[in-house]
Amino acid sequence: MSPGHLPTAAALARAVHARETSAESAVEAALARAEEIEPLHAFLSLRGEAARAEAAEVDRRVADGDADELPLAGVPVAVKDNIAVAGGPTTCGSRLLEPYVSPFDATAIARLREAGAIVIGKTNLDEFAMGSSTENSAFGPSRNPHDPTRVPGGSSGGSVVAVAGGCVPVALGSETGGSVRQPAAFCGTVGVKPTYGRVSRYGLVAFGSSLDQIGTVGSTVEDAALALTVIAGSDPHDATSSPEPVAALSAGLDDADPAGIRIGWPAEYFGAGLDPAILAACEAARDRLAAAGAEIVEVSLPHSPYGIAVYYTVAIAEASSNLARYDGVRYGFRAQSNELSSMYLKTRAAFGAELKRRIMLGTYVLSAGYYEAFYGKGTAVRARIRADFEDAFQRVDAILTPTTPTPAFPIGEKAEDPLAMYLNDIYTVSANLAGIPAISLPWGKTPARPDRPALPIGVQLMGPDFAERRLFEIARFLEREAPEA
Amino acid sequence: MTVSPEDVRHIARLARLELTDEEVERFRRELSTILAYVEKLEQLEPGSAPEPGKPDQPLRQDTLAEWPDVTPLHEAAPDFEAGFFRVPRVIE
Repeated sequence: MSPGHLPTAAALARAVHARETSAESAVEAALARAEEIEPLHAFLSLRGEAARAEAAEVDRRVADGDADELPLAGVPVAVKDNIAVAGGPTTCGSRLLEPYVSPFDATAIARLREAGAIVIGKTNLDEFAMGSSTENSAFGPSRNPHDPTRVPGGSSGGSVVAVAGGCVPVALGSETGGSVRQPAAFCGTVGVKPTYGRVSRYGLVAFGSSLDQIGTVGSTVEDAALALTVIAGSDPHDATSSPEPVAALSAGLDDADPAGIRIGWPAEYFGAGLDPAILAACEAARDRLAAAGAEIVEVSLPHSPYGIAVYYTVAIAEASSNLARYDGVRYGFRAQSNELSSMYLKTRAAFGAELKRRIMLGTYVLSAGYYEAFYGKGTAVRARIRADFEDAFQRVDAILTPTTPTPAFPIGEKAEDPLAMYLNDIYTVSANLAGIPAISLPWGKTPARPDRPALPIGVQLMGPDFAERRLFEIARFLEREAPEA
Repeated sequence: MTVSPEDVRHIARLARLELTDEEVERFRRELSTILAYVEKLEQLEPGSAPEPGKPDQPLRQDTLAEWPDVTPLHEAAPDFEAGFFRVPRVIE
């Protein structure tokens, strides 16, 4: 199934502004494409009727001369189904929230609407965003458009497939340990994890609250940047959202010159287990930057190899607390019982295997006698990971690494080996633990082999807090230099 | 790190999860493997770690705001009546 060709979000909004096309026809095309790529299972629900009505309203606003206030006029957007869109489902890929209807819009959704974007549907994910393949969805896996026998990555697999499959130019995902960047790398799209606090978490269902952040998926760097500009900024509904002013992130990216930029190259990210084709892609990207006048600087991030171990203390501890609320009382699914404690047990039996595993692990590391050894130690090493980055960013403007150790793997390959699945996120989790922004962008494909076809490769850029603009500038340069996918 | 079946049952009780015997055995095995991996943190020397960062954001005013329509919140509950979330009998 080849990705369709559709205009970028930026081009589409310009065409809607100029009345060369309409929001209604853009939404109609996206809904039609969603039907065509249905076998990839990107969507859990489509908002056909609501999306058409909202598109008609956007067209009216453009006709009334409001185009300047609508930077995403008529742009169809797909949204991960753990972000609330009022009046429709937010299942989180779980039986526990299957009957739930969102009573409000997440702040990111409200901002998309104000900007003229139209949410056409809610996308598949690993249950409660816990997974790296979208195989943990209670409603079945999504599939990689480049090879439907392979995973698209996860947990924001559906959102990335909606973009890679040519249905929408931009989508929202969420990150706790790499859940936007990893599937973006696997499917050949751009994926962004903003600085912690850059985007309001209001209306994003909580997983690991000190790590969670809504991110953008784009078919181009400019689109991912444009969508982030719209959704970023402080919000009274989220005390951890940052008051830091939001820069225009997408305008003039083509004018940026990499000459004189200092790019960090951390040895810890190029060790054993890295696919040779992905190493070669990172070296090629590095060499293009160097040829354009960037300075390549070797840096050390000595605690990054502990990232997964830290993640599986901190994230699961927070997850087990956050998931305690699914007790069948105030919302979602309830298993009937004539006794309260058995109602809790039977209701929570609807969690999938990975959810139970993480709740068990999280409860274990927080339990009496183990708290200091696991959670206490985890938070201390997390601070060292952050300190490593602060040291490195004294000397460099951005750090270049692979996004994933391997390209997309076959569906089912890691399903019985949770640790192997977790290790997929080895290059992405550190940015979440440190709270810093990071981007994955496509850089060609692996050579075809007898055991696997050519598959997309992602290279990652990480930067200091609130340096999204600089990351987008470097990413845009690399996007122009990248080999044809 | 080895986790016993009794550990697994104890943790499951704390987490309000009901496990089959098969699940107890599977989680015993998987938790042992994952916790053994996490134990690599123990290799690091203690003491030199900086304190975890503290949020430095100003808190907003704690003012009352009206929710426009509470009906959808009530309708989200499996069993809601007369201003209450109804649950099975707690006290005999």
